[in-house]
Amino acid sequence: MDIHEYQAKEILSDFGVPVPPGGLAYSPEQAVYRAHEIGGSQWVVKAQIHSGARGKAGGIKVCGNDSEIWNAADELLGKRLVTSQTGPRGKVIHRLYVEQATDIVKEYYIGFVLDRVLEQVSVVASSEGGMEIEEIAVKKPESIIRVAVEPAVGMQPFQAREIVFKLGIDASLLSQAVNLILGCYRAFRDLDGTMVEINPLVVAGDGHLLALDAKMGFDDNALFRRQSISELRDKSQEDPLEMKAEDRGLSYVGLDGNIGCIINGAGLAMATMDIVEHAGGAPANFLDIGGGASPERVSKAFSLVLSDEKVETIFVNIFAGINRCDWVAEGIVQAVSKIDLKIPLVVRLAGTNVEQGRQILKDSKLPIITAETLKDGAEKAVAAWKKHTGKEG
Amino acid sequence: MAILIDENTTVIVQGFTGHTGTFHSKEMIEYGTRIVGGVTPGKGGTTHLDLPVFNTMKDAVRETGANSSIVFVPPPFAADSIMEAADAGIKYCVAITDGIPAHDMIRVKRYMRRYREDRKMVLTGPNCAGTISPGKSMMGIMPSHIYMPGPVGIIGRSGTLGYEAASQMQAMGIGVTTSIGIGGDPINGSSFRDHLARFEEDPETKAVVMIGEIGGPQEADGALFFKENMKTPVIGYIAGLTAPKGRRMGHAGAIISAFGESAAEKLEILQECGVTIVPSPSEFGETVKGVLDKL
Repeated sequence: MDIHEYQAKEILSDFGVPVPPGGLAYSPEQAVYRAHEIGGSQWVVKAQIHSGARGKAGGIKVCGNDSEIWNAADELLGKRLVTSQTGPRGKVIHRLYVEQATDIVKEYYIGFVLDRVLEQVSVVASSEGGMEIEEIAVKKPESIIRVAVEPAVGMQPFQAREIVFKLGIDASLLSQAVNLILGCYRAFRDLDGTMVEINPLVVAGDGHLLALDAKMGFDDNALFRRQSISELRDKSQEDPLEMKAEDRGLSYVGLDGNIGCIINGAGLAMATMDIVEHAGGAPANFLDIGGGASPERVSKAFSLVLSDEKVETIFVNIFAGINRCDWVAEGIVQAVSKIDLKIPLVVRLAGTNVEQGRQILKDSKLPIITAETLKDGAEKAVAAWKKHTGKEG
Repeated sequence: MAILIDENTTVIVQGFTGHTGTFHSKEMIEYGTRIVGGVTPGKGGTTHLDLPVFNTMKDAVRETGANSSIVFVPPPFAADSIMEAADAGIKYCVAITDGIPAHDMIRVKRYMRRYREDRKMVLTGPNCAGTISPGKSMMGIMPSHIYMPGPVGIIGRSGTLGYEAASQMQAMGIGVTTSIGIGGDPINGSSFRDHLARFEEDPETKAVVMIGEIGGPQEADGALFFKENMKTPVIGYIAGLTAPKGRRMGHAGAIISAFGESAAEKLEILQECGVTIVPSPSEFGETVKGVLDKL
């Protein structure tokens, strides 16, 4: 789960990480009011969406007076911001964060990740702040510092000191920097983080260290024990179809094609998307209805896939394991009987009781195209789509 | 010969008396798996499915001499159960549970390292379909009838995609020594490399199928191991060629977040290492047959 910058700063601040004074605004009036509350002579109005690279996309504006703040807020609120990380649909700005502008002397990068190679928490730092870490890795790979944390004892002050000295941060800022790094680590560990990123971490004109931007992500599997974190979820930042799927226990990712896919199991779902493309089609979605594939789930999956207007053909691919194909077939028949299906439906069943399953589909007299193998199914789905739409892939 | 489990494997079911544990225990017993008891804290001293229930794994191992365990415990408590199995002297543990927090798995991996080599536990999963040595033993939730005994080892992240591969092979008359699910989580008990090494040592395994997907370093790592250490041919497939970057495809671990984690990049590494590539997920059977025919 992702959260907003202002939420991450609030959390990190509780763990002793210094952040610039700021406040949240939902309207231009509020933005101006916040600036007055904070004080100073220059402010930054920052779009709060779940994405990095907001500055380049025009989501961060530096303002010197009330009217500039008002205009910046007015322009940003309600706007759909497209960044290099949001995808072409972008994300709508509903909240702004107004911050006192900081006089930057030097920028650094610091991030905490779950390292899948070491199977530990790793700290990644660089003296090249302000750039995305991927960009640093390409342009200045020698500047990247990595430190792994031994899980049994957690991060130690000497490890933080090593990072500080390697970054070349002035010795007068040593204890400030060590506290900041250890604070980020504790937040990451105590709250089941999947990532904490301070980019940039800056030395400000007054000689202090500040986390100028902050990003945090959390493990969905751990939210059951992180009540205060789950409350930070902002559904306006999520794709409505994906959210609807998640709330129904289905795993859905929307894509740009027109063949809707309903599959049990994540690996088989990815493989099915691949073979649809291989056959000359384009998948409209990834959808894993789970290993069980009960009739209710099949039925929910149908309504979900059909609510995507791009979908012009449906391809169901179920490998029944513990479940049985006859149950799954009944689920499909029930779901299809309830709706007036105007697009082709191709069903491929495999596994336990496959013969009974196919018979049920046949006996239903519904216009279902059946397929025996994965390849057969994908080819029939693409052919049906071409025939139905008159398109050529 | 099979690897990890065979007819001598004796199994304790952790989370034995729950709905899921009960259902799958019955299936495994019917298959012939030697389940010797279960653990449900607080229900020690009772019996379930005519087998003894224990309060702790130590009790269970002392009383039954079991060498393996399978975990159906719900996610909040599953990591604890895995560590309990390691501490009780279990040699091989399969964790079926889906949804264990990643930080818990980091602790589990660290905990398992504290034992000397000779009493270290092997863990597969979590979030997997389990392991089966056809005709000998099944520790998992898979449809057993799609696996027949034979010369091919299977290692895969995904349950149903593994079923697809096994059933395509069965349709061509090709059987399996052992099929292992390593699970779809970002931090798992063991990786492709660990089991490729075991299959290489097994004289009956003539080829190994490695079924990977986007995300993480383990497929590439397995391919490098193959290149440097193996004589047994390896056949590889990577799911998710059409998956967009930065989006999680169902499995917690199936996300392209770093360089080298996309399906295309992984396929390139596999190919460079000499792994035979399955060109599309409908060609598991034919590709394996082609490799076996050349032996």
